[in-house]
Amino acid sequence: MLLDVRNLTKHFPVKRGLFGGEVGRVRAVDDVSFVVETGRTLGIVGESGCGKTTTAKLVLLLERPTAGEIRFDGHPLGSLQGEGLRAYRRSVQAVFQDPYASLNPRMRVGEIIAEPLVTNERLTADETRVQIHRLLDIVGLPQRSATLFPHEFSGGQRQRIAIARSLALSPKVIVLDEPVSALDVSIRAQILNLLRDLQRDLGLSYLFIAHDLAAVAHMSHVIAVMYLGQIVEIGEARAVARSPQHPYTQALFAAALPSHPDERRDEIILMGEVPSPLNPPAGCRFHPRCPFVMDRCRVEVPTLRDSEGREVACHLYTGVVSAPTGVPAG
Amino acid sequence: MSNSRAASLTLPWRFPSVRIEAQALIPIVILTVLMLTAIFADVIAPYNPEIGTLGDRFQPPAWLTGGSTAHLLGTDHLGRDVLSRLIFGARVSMVVGFMAVIFAGVVGTVLGVLSGYLGGWVDQLIMRITDTWLALPGLTFAIFLAAIVGPSMWNIVIILALVFWTRYARVIRGEVLSLRERDFVRLAIVAGCSKRTIMRRHILPNVLNSAIVIATLMLGIVIVTEASLSFLGVGVPPPKPAWGLMLADGKKGMMAGYWWLTVLPGTCIALLVLSSNLLGDWLRVKLDPQLRQL
Amino acid sequence: MTGGPLLELDGLSTHYVGARGTRITRAVEDVSLTLNAGETLGIVGESGSGKTTLALSILRLLPPGARIVSGALRFEGEDLLAKSPREMQHIRGKRIAMILQDPMASLNPLFTVGDQVAEPIRVHEHASRRSAWAQARNLLGSVHIAAPERRVGEYPHQLSGGMRQRIVGAIAISCGPRLLIADEPTTSLDVTIQAQYLHLLSEIQRERGLALIFITHNLGIVARMCDTVAVMYAGRIVESGPVRRIFDAPAHPYTRALLESIPRFGEADVRLTAIDGQPPDPAALPAGCAFQPRCVKAIDRCRVERPPRFVVGAKHGAACWLCG
Repeated sequence: MLLDVRNLTKHFPVKRGLFGGEVGRVRAVDDVSFVVETGRTLGIVGESGCGKTTTAKLVLLLERPTAGEIRFDGHPLGSLQGEGLRAYRRSVQAVFQDPYASLNPRMRVGEIIAEPLVTNERLTADETRVQIHRLLDIVGLPQRSATLFPHEFSGGQRQRIAIARSLALSPKVIVLDEPVSALDVSIRAQILNLLRDLQRDLGLSYLFIAHDLAAVAHMSHVIAVMYLGQIVEIGEARAVARSPQHPYTQALFAAALPSHPDERRDEIILMGEVPSPLNPPAGCRFHPRCPFVMDRCRVEVPTLRDSEGREVACHLYTGVVSAPTGVPAG
Repeated sequence: MSNSRAASLTLPWRFPSVRIEAQALIPIVILTVLMLTAIFADVIAPYNPEIGTLGDRFQPPAWLTGGSTAHLLGTDHLGRDVLSRLIFGARVSMVVGFMAVIFAGVVGTVLGVLSGYLGGWVDQLIMRITDTWLALPGLTFAIFLAAIVGPSMWNIVIILALVFWTRYARVIRGEVLSLRERDFVRLAIVAGCSKRTIMRRHILPNVLNSAIVIATLMLGIVIVTEASLSFLGVGVPPPKPAWGLMLADGKKGMMAGYWWLTVLPGTCIALLVLSSNLLGDWLRVKLDPQLRQL
Repeated sequence: MTGGPLLELDGLSTHYVGARGTRITRAVEDVSLTLNAGETLGIVGESGSGKTTLALSILRLLPPGARIVSGALRFEGEDLLAKSPREMQHIRGKRIAMILQDPMASLNPLFTVGDQVAEPIRVHEHASRRSAWAQARNLLGSVHIAAPERRVGEYPHQLSGGMRQRIVGAIAISCGPRLLIADEPTTSLDVTIQAQYLHLLSEIQRERGLALIFITHNLGIVARMCDTVAVMYAGRIVESGPVRRIFDAPAHPYTRALLESIPRFGEADVRLTAIDGQPPDPAALPAGCAFQPRCVKAIDRCRVERPPRFVVGAKHGAACWLCG
């Protein structure tokens, strides 16, 4: 396993008044554990406030966790500074959602792509140029792109530039946060295909975060479903997509739009809104909206247990208690 | 590859293509003329601005009775040629104005970037200083400083810069606060860039547009302040010609009907301020949508 | 009110004219479609396809610089292009309503929910404040907002995205329109909220016999909600017809490519069929068929001559030389 996340927690304190007494905590991510294997994709789905973006930031060390740990290649990230931090950053890169905000409008494309190299390695100007050309090639952009500015490119092309940049240091893991949501429909397939090809050719691992269930199901080997900061179901993508177990996962997949007018889905219309992570409900966080709620759910927090080849955190499924981390490989 | 949607004005060494509308043409022409006048003052001015013939004092401009083509715009109370004084005065105004604006800009922008990006105690410190500074009335403070350090052109430049840097700092800080959250800055962190590199490579170039706009708008205020200081006698010292000083001197002649001694330098000040304001407005519209679009 | 179609567009074209009349962008070109009462039409397109301009054209809400240059536009048999601005004002909000993508931009942050829902009622039906507010409360109930008596006094920022979009919906149906145009109404909503909202729209449509036009880039919405579809590309309709026919047997290469490029459940190992290139800039369209640079089936004729609409089936047509 490449990336081993255990009990990851991130709370944001909410302060009031001039001198900031803490009046509450936003439990953005609460006790989240998962594993990303070499050459495989872990997809994270969930709606607003579920914590998937915060999880991405934690993995990228843009935020420091309140509790829990991340191990990369067996080594805990802990309080990495300096050279250790550098090495981690080399191995874990990112592509974000908005192709119009991901590139510095004042830098030429070649400079943008080469920035990670220039920051971390000592290359001559010639060596850098060679790398830039190689990366442009990999993502299918013409060589002359290097001297142009971002605004001369379309959204899809900018996303390719962002991908080229993320590959500059030959990372092992790439965090993809909604990489195609902001693109035109006809362009999305191009980028998704490119990402898959890169995974196959370069042995990359992806942390694929998206709200488009079909895209996540298409790209991922393993899917984790998050709700209000916790993972409610995690398992093989095919299994989770075909027969979701957790009531929330079921509602999520039922809500996904059909790909044909005759495709019937059981309509599971959830009541109410997604509660705020500032004040999550007691017991199972999903219980106020769950169609199968029992008394137990209002009081007891369910833990992830094995059930039919994946893990589900739901009192409906009493299965064998498993180790709370990781996912059965394969 | 889709073309850029509109001509973009970025830093001159990147992209020189700009579409200039009529609205901006006039101010640009005026400012260019003034700048050229200031640069080539020695060549253009017919007389030495600091020396006058007392016998020729209070001559009216050439198109009025009593005037002559020897002094196209008349003479002042010491017989000095008004036209030459206006020309050299342009130099003073432009030099003082530009220098002050640039110094203020550099200081204000740097502090604004540091404050906005680093946050924490640096931000608090710089902002409290800015708040205190802003609480002081600009002109009064300038007069106070000028009275202390004594008048000289460079002193005035420094004083003006000191008074006006806060305008930059505030606005730039605000921009930096939102820039900081942009994805390309996050990606720079992910790539391992140090804070210093990020501020230099990612933050600074993207606030320069705003800094330029603020500079053009500040130019007018600075010039008026300089003129006020000169008018009050604590600006650029005589006999160096400054438009504000000419206004002050000309005041004495108003009652006697020597209107050209005040109206002419006043018009020059107004032209300069108006042009820089119009240019600043145009630049703001030209550059802002670009920023947001990007 | 006759038995004819509710809405009829015949060769409608809307152009944007640049300053000084130099740049002409043919945002919408030669669009013809028909919509009957109670039906749902989906207009599918990507950026630059002209779909939003089309929606604005129907409501005659075009920005300055845009003009309907030709064609006919009839609503309930009346010629909308001949209406004066005042007459259009009476039609908008009362007989034809519109919902936009961003509910926060559609609601005024300074006014309460009640004020905003009541406003069209007061304007169009000259109702008193009290009666309008009472109707507003009822409307909030119709869009399934819990505790409407409390909500009417609240401000938009106090509500969630899903709720705001419902409020927008309530405003839209407040005066009993016959036609509702929804421009990407669910793009900013979460998946489960979107499902709730579409469910609500279907319900409202059934109860009130509304005709719906969905403007979207999402074929899933079309599959879920629409009876007929019109696919737009570079300002023109390239294919239109009943939804099942379009999904089962798309005639135009663009439609076909779109359908094949979308990931589907249960097809994880299938490589998506990508469409090369990107949607064209409406100000700089290629010669001949606008899709031809990206079309895998393009023949020589496509590069030179623009194809007309060919009939492919019952009420199903596509503008492609391969269908002729």
